[in-house]
Parts: sequence; C-alpha cells; structure tokens
Amino acid sequence: MAAIAEPLAPAPARTSHGYWSGVAMRLTRDPVAMVALAIILAIVLAAIFAPLIAPAEPFRGSMIRRLKPIGFPGYPLGSDELGRDMLTRLIYGGRLSLFIGVTPVLCAFMIGASIGIFAGYLGGWINTLLMRIVDVFFAFPSVLLAIALSGALGAGILNSIVSLTIVFVPQIARVAESVTTQIRSRDYVEAARVSGAGAFTIVRVHVLGNVLGPIFVYATGLISVSMILASGLSFLGLGVKPPEAEWGLMLNTLRTAIYTQPMVAALPGMMIFLTSISFNLFSDGLRSAMEVKQ
Amino acid sequence: MSLSQSGIQDGVAALAADPRDRGGAGTPLLRVRGLIKHFGRKRGLLAKASPVVRAVDGVDFDVAKGETLGIVGESGCGKSTTARLIMQIIAPDLGEILFDGEAVGSVALDLTQFRKQVQMVFQDSYASLNPRLTVEDTVAFGPRVHGLRRRAAIARAHDLLDRVGLEPARFAGRYPHEISGGQRQRVNIARALALEPRLLILDEAVSALDKSVEAQVLNLLLDLKDEFGLTFIFISHDLNVVRFMSDRVMVMYLGKVAEVGPSEAIFSRPRHPYTEALLASMPSMDPDKRTEEAPISGDPPNPINPPAGCRFHTRCKMVATLCAHAEPPPHHVGGGHLAACHLADPRSGHPRLVAA
Repeated sequence: MAAIAEPLAPAPARTSHGYWSGVAMRLTRDPVAMVALAIILAIVLAAIFAPLIAPAEPFRGSMIRRLKPIGFPGYPLGSDELGRDMLTRLIYGGRLSLFIGVTPVLCAFMIGASIGIFAGYLGGWINTLLMRIVDVFFAFPSVLLAIALSGALGAGILNSIVSLTIVFVPQIARVAESVTTQIRSRDYVEAARVSGAGAFTIVRVHVLGNVLGPIFVYATGLISVSMILASGLSFLGLGVKPPEAEWGLMLNTLRTAIYTQPMVAALPGMMIFLTSISFNLFSDGLRSAMEVKQ
Repeated sequence: MSLSQSGIQDGVAALAADPRDRGGAGTPLLRVRGLIKHFGRKRGLLAKASPVVRAVDGVDFDVAKGETLGIVGESGCGKSTTARLIMQIIAPDLGEILFDGEAVGSVALDLTQFRKQVQMVFQDSYASLNPRLTVEDTVAFGPRVHGLRRRAAIARAHDLLDRVGLEPARFAGRYPHEISGGQRQRVNIARALALEPRLLILDEAVSALDKSVEAQVLNLLLDLKDEFGLTFIFISHDLNVVRFMSDRVMVMYLGKVAEVGPSEAIFSRPRHPYTEALLASMPSMDPDKRTEEAPISGDPPNPINPPAGCRFHTRCKMVATLCAHAEPPPHHVGGGHLAACHLADPRSGHPRLVAA
C-alpha cells in the first residue's frame, strides 16, 4: 500500500485547553454572570468577616432608639424593633442565611447525584423503582413539603437543613438520572464497555466528567430556591430562633413595623432577593457557558 | 484487487506466528450460526402483544483468519445490529458465535478474553470519543483497564498514535474537538488497536469522512491489517469501498443474508437479483452508460412485518408465485458463493429456469 501522507493541519505547539478552561473563559465574558458573581462574593466575604466590618454589636439593643429610619445618626440602615443596628444584623444575618441556604443544596447534590447516576447507569427495574419513589416526592409542592417536614421534625437550624435536603434530593436525582441515561448510550461509553471495562470504571472515567457539570448547574439554580425556602421556614418560626440574626427571621419580627418604618422592614427581604437572584443569574450564565459545544 | 490478494498472504504469514491461535489456519476466526435478534419483544407477566422488529433474523457466516469480510445492504437491513451482536453490546435472542472454535462466553473463552481479541470502530468519530479525555487518555484507557500501569499505557498510546499517522508530540494532549474528523477516526482506530485485537469490526468507519480523507484512512487500515495480522469485518453501504477493501462480501436484506461469496464473484457474477439491483444502482464513471431508470424502487418493506416467502419478492424483477410463499434457502453456486434465491437452484422450479 502507498505510504500514508495525510496533509496534517498545521498545528502550532500550543498547550491544549480542556473543556473547563473554555467554560471559565466564556463565563468571564458574560457581564451579567460576572456582576452576579461579584455580588455573591461580596455577600459571602461580608458574612465571613462580619465582626471586622459590622459597625455595632448584633445583639445589643437600645429601648430608646427603636425603629429609627435609614440614615439616622449612628444607624446607617436604621434600627429594628429592639433598637439593634440593622446594617450589623444584615451583615451577620448573611452567615446563617447562606449557611441554611447552601448546605441543603450541597447535601442534596451529593445524595441526589449518587442516586440519579446509579439509577441512570444501571437502568432497568432499579431505575424504574427509584424514579417512581422520586415521583411520589414530586407530588407535593416543595414549599408545602418543606413546611410539613420541618413541622414534623421540630423547629431548629439542623431540622430545617434536613427537611430542605429531603425536598431537593428527588429534584437533583431526577436531573442526574436523565443526564446519565443520555450519556450511557453514547458511542464512547459503548466503546469503553467493549474494551472490557467494569461499570465502576466506566462511571468514574466516562460518565462522571460528562454528567456532573449539568447537575452542578441545576444545583446552583436551586440555591436561590433554598434560600427563599429557608427564610420562609424561619419566618414561620420553624427555622432559626430569636435572637439570632437571619434574614427570614428578621423579616418576620419586623413585619409589625411595616407601617411605621416600611423601608427598614423591607431590608431583609431585599437581601434575600438580591442573593437569590444573583445565584440564579450566575447559574444561568454558567449554563450557557457550558452549553457551547466544541 | 491484486493488492488485497497479497494482503491475505501477508496476513496469513503473520497469523502463523500468532501465539493466541487455537484452532489453526483451517478454523474460521469467527463463525456465526443462526443469529437472531428481535427488538421490542417483551417478556414477563404484564407483557403486551407489541410489534416485533426482526432486525436480524437467522444469519449464518464465517470469517476466515486474515481475510476481510465486507457486509453491504440498505439502511435498516441489520448490518449494524449484526456488528453489535458480535461485539456482545446487545445480547442475541438466539444463535451461536464461535471465536476461533470456542463459543463466546464459555469457560474456554470468557467475555473479558473475547473482548481483548475483538474490537470495533464506530461510524461517528466524534460521538465515539469522550469529549473530556485527551487523545492519549482515550487510547490508553483499554490497556489500563486490562492492568497496564499508567506510564506503560501512555507509552503504548503514543506508539499507536504514531502508527496511525498522528505525531504523538502534537496530538497526544489534544481533546477530540481540537482535531479534524479524519484525525478523530485515526484516534478511534488507535483505540481499537490498543488491546491488540485479532478481529476488527469497522461499522461504517469511513462513511462520515470526506472522499480524500476516506481514501487515506482506507489505506491506513490496509497497512495496519498487514502489520498487525488483523482480520476485518468491514460494514458499509458504499459498494466501491467494500469492493476495494474486501476479500469476500456478504449482502444483507431485511435481516437475512441474500448472497455471500468472493468479492470478485459477487461484483462480476451476482446470483441474487437484489445484488444485481444494488450493483446496477452504482453510478457509472462513463457518461454514455448512465443509469436511465432506477434498478430498484421504493423502500425496503417494514421489518416489523416482513413479507412471507422470499423477503425480496415485493421488489424483485424476477418474481414468480413460488417466491411469495417459499423462502429460498442459501444455495451453493460454486467457489464458496452462496445465494438465497430460487433462481440459483436449478431444482427450485422457478418458471424462469424452465423457460431458459
């Protein structure tokens, strides 16, 4: 046979970049996602370094300076119904709000992704059984399910995290299952099976890298829902208890002041809104940065 | 065709030295008997009577050591299903697959041992590469699964990339989306060769490539066949490519073998009207001999409810009443050439035989 002489494309000796560096590059070019990321980082950093930034003590009140308006001397964002500095409490509140918002999604990501990938890769009756159980959870609206579970478990931070985790596990499992089912029938998975690899190796090398991305994007989108639900539980008295600073709880205790100091009363709600929409927009940006093929 | 003839002899010489040979040169490397796969058949208590697609419906063939068997046929005739059945990607409903005289899945030849010796190259060069793995990791995956250390596996991957014409220094660290279709298919070939198989199944492996790249990959395959002493099953709908590659050709129609025989005999003296029609549908290079009317019309009948008797009788020019109810068995017409047509059997009683 004739010698092979394929005119190979002129390939400069550049370093090959992987998929994720491409995603990061596209993400940095998305202004909305970058602004959202900046807001998230600012809130997270403020929460972490709260004692250094906050102008006052979060629990020290003053009976004579209750419900002061925004801009009152010494109270840049006013004071609450017990005369505590609102700015300080909003900064400290971010700690608990973020914690009870992000933790359930993280736990649900680990549990739900494992269940979904397991079910999706194996297929057959195991898949059907697991997905029918997931369907049972889908029959309840997530708000109602979270309230019912928290009510049954009792009030408290840990219990609200557990109940939110239970709410999110089926949703993530469903997404993980459908993505895995798609990947499982790809030619490269078939080629790996043909080369004699076991199920565990195929999942580790060929499935995980291709399914974790989409599942992760979905989970980041859930953080905003989780924060709203967590605040809702605190608002209803099922989550964080007074005198802790937490945005949902602050919204609840300030609701009596809605006519006297509407701006101050709305501040915790604004923070919940700002954080959750930032997570949402960031997850949107991440999704479109990951959707680009090649 | 003389090129592929000498290819066989080289291949046989390479086979003689293969320590994995069990049955000797006389035993076919692959023997398939009564292979059946029907899709959509449900088993169990709640099974409904659902339509059954007879994708592969009783297929017999042998592949001799060192030869290339071409499989041709229209879309949906069961070519790819046959390949997947041989690869054990899907389980056959019925039938026997013997590799070098041993039943696949038996104690003598378990699935792991079988899979080291039989590999496949898929049609879609992009879908058959994991987008998250570099070229070298893809090629090294098989050897690593079979216990080679990472360093040794990467070294073997570089060696194979070099053999398929991809300079390791330039291509080893690339991702599939960074190389061209022809280069990707070379990577797929290197991946298939990484386990040092004896039989390589090429399922429309060059069909998605453009013509100049296709020729390069075909030449590469012929070179590799000699170099590694391989046996090929070459599946394609492109008759010219099959003729160039194959020593023997098998024509499939609706899940059955219509005709099988030496490439030369099939292309010069086809004995099945379907093969004749397929050959007549090839565009001629001579503008004076252009095909004026379609030699075969319509789509193949639905494999859910295939015609009784000869499956081709609904589209056959030579059809007789006999064909509608009696299924023609494969008939030897000499020189290892079999045709499943009543016209090939002088004693079948087909009216056209009597007339002639």
